[in-house]
Amino acid sequence: MDADDLRIIVCEEILNIAPEAELDGLDPQEDLRDALDLDSMDMLNIITALHERLGVDIPEANAGEFVTLRGAVEFLKSELA
Amino acid sequence: MTIFTMPSLGSDMEEGTLVEWLVAKGDRVSRGDIVAVVETEKGAIEIEIFDEGEIKEFLISPGVTVPVGAPMAEILRSGDEESAVSDASTKELPSRTEPTAPASQTTAWTPPAASSTRPRISPAARRLASQRGIDIATLKGSGPQATIVADDIPVTSVGPETKRGGLDLGDMRKAIAAAMARSKREIPHYYLQHTIDVTEANVWLEETNTGRSPSARLLAAVLYIKAVSNALSKYTEFNGHYVRDEFEASQGIHIGFAVSLRGGGLVAPGIHDTPNLTVDELMEKLKDMVARARRGRLRSSEFSDPTITVSSLGERGVESLFGVIYPPQVALVGFGKVLERPAVIEGEILIRSELTITLSADHRVSDGHRGALFLTEIEKQLQQPSQL
Repeated sequence: MDADDLRIIVCEEILNIAPEAELDGLDPQEDLRDALDLDSMDMLNIITALHERLGVDIPEANAGEFVTLRGAVEFLKSELA
Repeated sequence: MTIFTMPSLGSDMEEGTLVEWLVAKGDRVSRGDIVAVVETEKGAIEIEIFDEGEIKEFLISPGVTVPVGAPMAEILRSGDEESAVSDASTKELPSRTEPTAPASQTTAWTPPAASSTRPRISPAARRLASQRGIDIATLKGSGPQATIVADDIPVTSVGPETKRGGLDLGDMRKAIAAAMARSKREIPHYYLQHTIDVTEANVWLEETNTGRSPSARLLAAVLYIKAVSNALSKYTEFNGHYVRDEFEASQGIHIGFAVSLRGGGLVAPGIHDTPNLTVDELMEKLKDMVARARRGRLRSSEFSDPTITVSSLGERGVESLFGVIYPPQVALVGFGKVLERPAVIEGEILIRSELTITLSADHRVSDGHRGALFLTEIEKQLQQPSQL
């Protein structure tokens, strides 16, 4: 799975949690919580969904990497490599 | 016989529109069953029943708007059953007990025309159709039993801007305006703020979450709710309702939790019987409730229940919030943003995690002195997170 596939998967899971989120033109380095008005409950739900979908272990200590789209994709890519 | 009426889901609700019946004529219902979906200014709400018996007759059809207290259905109570015994046996065993009863007798038990012609539709599809302004009657379902599923909803380029997930944000704004204007007109608020150390709570939370799969992790909000709940058992004058010029302390503690909706709007549904839930159970309830709040699918009891409100605006970046009490409640506890600060502890300067807790309370019911003790009790509770 390359970075593009992972980016699509992460975006899909964001949209499942926040269907009204506008992902076009989202800066991959921007904090998702600010850009999309997500709270800690949303972030936990997104991480839960990605963990279940990809079978990747996402320790609590790494949860912070998921606050940006780039951070999430990079973490998942290195775990799946 | 008893009459099921349009429930009041808060002092600001005047009427509701029946969206659909979730039971059919002849169905047995018991306390707590969800029987209907009603559209209100706060979105579509699942209505629970508080009687036990059998649905005898629907008195209104989907699409009809009625005021609070108006009859919606007739319920045959369990005690009434003797008078209906022939009806009941006919339904279950038409050929044996009543050989002359035509087979069509059973068709009398199907829902009225209005609902039987209503297409089956999944909640996600209903939401999409509503977002995109599509009449579901015009759609064909591709799911099981011709259920309309999300894929069946055509993509439209323009949809009503404010309509979202069964929530009309314009209506919701009006409902908030009415409740908050009443609060500020009638309730003499007083406000207290207290800075507390939550280092222990944060460390406990991190340790607890480490090694747990994401679905089992806890959020700080659960500890806040639990701490308030525990403190309320001692400070009962903050837990209840002010009705007919007097305060009625509530027997149960049902904490309302403010949930902001993306794009605007706010609801504060209640978590029933908070003291009896473990932090894990509370987390499950909270997750489910927040998800339903944002989908616009809360339950009637979640609106009528809350005996106090907890608001945690902190993660959105403010240090403290001074809430407006949601009538007829008499208090609101706010949690601010967690900040790392230098603190002097036993003559040493240490970096600690701190946040402010605030209390907005009704001065007709309590005084600042008790309010201060209540806040310090919440502080105390949060120093022993494993005991929550």
